Amino acid sequence: MTIDLGRGLVLRNPVMTASGTFGYGEEYTDFVDLARLGGIIVKGTTLNPRQGNPYPRMAETPSGMLNCVGLQNKGVQYFIDTIYPRIKDFDTNVILNLSGSTLEDYVKGAEMVDALDRIPAIELNVSCPNVKQGGMAFGVTCAGISQVVAEVRKIYHKHLMVKLSPNVTNIAEIALAAEAAGADSVSLINTLMGMAIDAERRRPKLSMVTGGLSGACVKPVALRMVWQVAKAVKIPVVGLGGISNATDAVEFMLAGASAIEIGTANFIDPAVSVKVVEGMKDYCERHGFEKVSDLTGALNLEG
Amino acid sequence: MMKQIADFTLVGKECFGQSVLLRLHDEQPLPEIVPGQFVQVRIDDSPTTYLRRPISIHDVDSANNEISLLVQVVGEGTRHLAATNVGDCINVVLPLGNGYTLPLENENVLLVGGGIGIAPLYYLAKCMAAKGVKPTFLLGGKKATDLVRLDAYSSLGESFVTTEDGSLGEKGMVTMHSVWKGRKFDKIYVCGPKRMMMAVADIAKTNDVWCEVSLEHMMACGLGACLCCVEDTVEGNLCVCKEGPVFNTRRLKW
Repeated sequence: MTIDLGRGLVLRNPVMTASGTFGYGEEYTDFVDLARLGGIIVKGTTLNPRQGNPYPRMAETPSGMLNCVGLQNKGVQYFIDTIYPRIKDFDTNVILNLSGSTLEDYVKGAEMVDALDRIPAIELNVSCPNVKQGGMAFGVTCAGISQVVAEVRKIYHKHLMVKLSPNVTNIAEIALAAEAAGADSVSLINTLMGMAIDAERRRPKLSMVTGGLSGACVKPVALRMVWQVAKAVKIPVVGLGGISNATDAVEFMLAGASAIEIGTANFIDPAVSVKVVEGMKDYCERHGFEKVSDLTGALNLEG
Repeated sequence: MMKQIADFTLVGKECFGQSVLLRLHDEQPLPEIVPGQFVQVRIDDSPTTYLRRPISIHDVDSANNEISLLVQVVGEGTRHLAATNVGDCINVVLPLGNGYTLPLENENVLLVGGGIGIAPLYYLAKCMAAKGVKPTFLLGGKKATDLVRLDAYSSLGESFVTTEDGSLGEKGMVTMHSVWKGRKFDKIYVCGPKRMMMAVADIAKTNDVWCEVSLEHMMACGLGACLCCVEDTVEGNLCVCKEGPVFNTRRLKW
C-alpha cells in the first residue's frame, strides 16, 4: 500500500486526513488507530495566533456543509511548544498545514516548521476562502502562487505540498505554476466558495455571509479538477473533496491522484479513514492490482 | 473517558406532542456518562441532513445498557429521528463534552430548565439523588404542552413551573417565579434557550451564586476538531462541543 510522494514523504498507504477536519489527531484516537493511516494533516496554522471568525461559522447544506471558521489557531510558536511534543511520536506522517496573509508570514512559519524533526512535510495553504488575507490572494493567480511557493522553497527543505483553491478559472495553470516554483506535490481541492440564506429571517446563515463548501456534494467538481491537474503536472497529486468511502477514494486515484485526503466525512463517521484504507485494499485485491499506486491514473478511456 | 461509536437499537418510544422520548439499547456496556454530556446521532435516509445531530442525554440506565434522549422536533434531522420505530438501529457517538459539576452533599441546588432544555436536568437530578442531594426544579415553557414528563421530575425533587401563557404553574418567565424570593441556593444549574440562560446567569451573578449553564450551538464534528461551534468566552473562542457544553458562567462574557 506504500506511496512515495517524493522528497522523503513516504506514506504507509494513500489515505490521509484533511486539515481542519481532524484537529491534531488527538481528537480521533478513541476511534482511529493513527498507525493505520498514511498521514494526518493538522489544523491550519498561521505564524501569529488568530481568533477566527464569529459564530455562526457553519451551515448545513444538502449533502454538505459551509464553514467560515477563519483559521482559528494559536500560532506556529504555540504549535511548536505545546502541540508538537504531544503528537510528534504518533506512528504516522504528521503534516502541518501552514497558512499566512503575507509572504513574510509564510516564509517565517515554514522556517520554524523546517526545524521540527517529526514533521516531514508542509501543506501550504494558499487557498483559505474565509479570511480576508488567508492566502487565497496567493492561490488564485499564477504569479501569486509562483511567488509564495518559490520563497518558501528557498528555506524549506522537506516535502512541500501546495493546497490549491478550486475558486479559479483554470486550476491546471495554477498547479503548473506551483510545480515550476518548486512544489513537491499539489493537493486539491480546498473548499468551494458558497453561501446560505435563512429566508424566514432574511439573514445569511454564516457570520461572514460566504463560506467554504465541503462534503459529498463537492466530489464531482473535485474529481474533475484532480483529473485536469494530474494530466498537466508531473509531480504527485493528492486528491480530496467529498471522499466518504473507499469507492470515492479509488475514483480519485483513477483520475490521477497518488494519495487522497478525507475531510468532512470524518464528522459523520469518525472512523471512516481506516475503513477507506481497508476498502481500498479490498478493491485492489478484487481487481488484481498488486500495488495501490498502480491505481493512479488507471482510468480506462477506451470505449 | 473513552468515546465510542455504537449502533443502538430503539427499544422504547413515547410521544409528547412536539417531543419524543427515545430509549436506546446497546449490546455492549455503556461508557461512564456524566450528566450534561451529549451524543451525536447519525440521521439516516435524509438527503438534506448531512451532519450528525447533537442531543443531550436525558437519562442513563447502566444496568440495562440504555440511554434515553428527549428530542424536540425542530427541523428535518429531528423529524427523521422522531420518526424512527422501535427495533430500528440508531448510530450514536458518545459520550461527548463535559458535564455539570455535581454539588456537595449538603448543598441546596436549583435546576432551571426552559422548554426542551429540561432534558439533561433529569439525569443530572438522578445523579444528585444518588449523592443524597434533593434538588429543586424550576421548569419553564411557552405553554403547558412544552413541558413533558413533569411527574418524573417531581419524583426527584420539588418542582415549580412557569408558562408564558399561564396554562400551567405561574404565568411568566422562569426569572419571574416566586421561588427566587426568600430561598437561597448554593448552586444553580441551567439549560434552555440562550436568552433565558443569560437572564438566570444574571440573577446568579447579582446574588453571587455559583452557576453552570449548558450551551447549544450548531456543531459539525462534536469532537473539538472543526472549531465551528465556538462561544466567545473570557478565555477566547472555545468549542462548545469539547470545552462545554456545560460552562461555569464566570467563564462566559455574559
